Amino acid sequence: MKPRGPSAAGTIALALALALCPLPGHAHLIETGLGPVYDGITHFALTPEDLIPALALAMLAGLRGAEHARRVPFVLPVAWLLGGVAGTLAGAPALVIPAWLPLLALGGLLAADARLPPAATVAIAALLGIALGYANGYAMAQAGPGLRGVVGIAGAVFVVTTLAAACVAARQAGWIRIAWRAAGGWVAASGLLLLGWSLR
Amino acid sequence: MRPSSATRAFTAASLAALAPGAFAHVQSGQAAGFVTGFLHPVSGLDHVLAMAAVGLWGAQLGAPAIWVLPITFPIVMAFGGFLGLLGVPLPGVEVGIAASAILLGTAVMTERRPPLYAAAALVGFFAIFHGHAHATELPPGQSALLYSLGFVVATGCLHAIGIAIGAVRPWPTGRIALRIAGGGVGLAGLFFLWRAFA
Repeated sequence: MKPRGPSAAGTIALALALALCPLPGHAHLIETGLGPVYDGITHFALTPEDLIPALALAMLAGLRGAEHARRVPFVLPVAWLLGGVAGTLAGAPALVIPAWLPLLALGGLLAADARLPPAATVAIAALLGIALGYANGYAMAQAGPGLRGVVGIAGAVFVVTTLAAACVAARQAGWIRIAWRAAGGWVAASGLLLLGWSLR
Repeated sequence: MRPSSATRAFTAASLAALAPGAFAHVQSGQAAGFVTGFLHPVSGLDHVLAMAAVGLWGAQLGAPAIWVLPITFPIVMAFGGFLGLLGVPLPGVEVGIAASAILLGTAVMTERRPPLYAAAALVGFFAIFHGHAHATELPPGQSALLYSLGFVVATGCLHAIGIAIGAVRPWPTGRIALRIAGGGVGLAGLFFLWRAFA
């Protein structure tokens, strides 16, 4: 008899249990207790200033098709890692870009469905990764997790961008494509408001 | 012997019940910022009606207005909020918000079909008032980014609700119901206008 896999109810219950069994997730460079790599993963997952631009770039790449979507999940984490290494070794918080800038730029490109060539998408991914990675690396070095924290962040960036780019690239029929663009508009609008807050 | 799915579910539920407290994200204001921003547009009837009317009108006009209008509104609304945050004065904000409900409701009621650019310009013009009035009320200690994101997402959801309601348009009764709803939004706008001057 063919063995049965876990039922949907069992899987959902297990997933709920896992979701409800958190360790203290002290984000923003506070230790999770699971080690510096997990500190980095948690930091990325709970920092919207990093997470949203990465998602927006992955969605932009996915919207432009498989060729773009295949490149970003490799270029962005590598650039993030390189920037993180530089930030970890550096003694000053240089290369800091304002949080509103990537939101406004990437959200605007996504909402406009900008027809960028693959080289431009790769260049944006490299710039974004280096800039945000540098800030992360510097902060991680100051807070303790150091380079291993940056490795955790880069791994999380890879997973998130791969999933997001693949999801968007695979689902573009009719309304869904409009929904991705609307999400870009929301990101751009949030970036514009954040610019206002920063100038206030 | 493999445990049954009921046993697995019970075990999982037991694990959940034994879960320690989630002291996640001790940096204060993050989740609260999103929730506060999300609830803000929903808390004012003038906002709710005007934003839902944008979705209703988009649904009446069909493609491409059905997505151009709901994308235009949040972005231009954010620009209005940006102006408010910079301290740029905008006279007659409450009147503008009331007028948005009147004109958008009337457009839905009369099934007005202007050119796309005119519809987008009208929606964008009124979005500035909504953003200027409401997008700048960040409670102390909360994340500005998540507050902004919550505010914008709630606005988009209200548009989506309007579009979803507009899906009844293919039916003759639904078409009439939409026009009645537009009339209701316009009447509410008149009430808001009276209140603005009272």
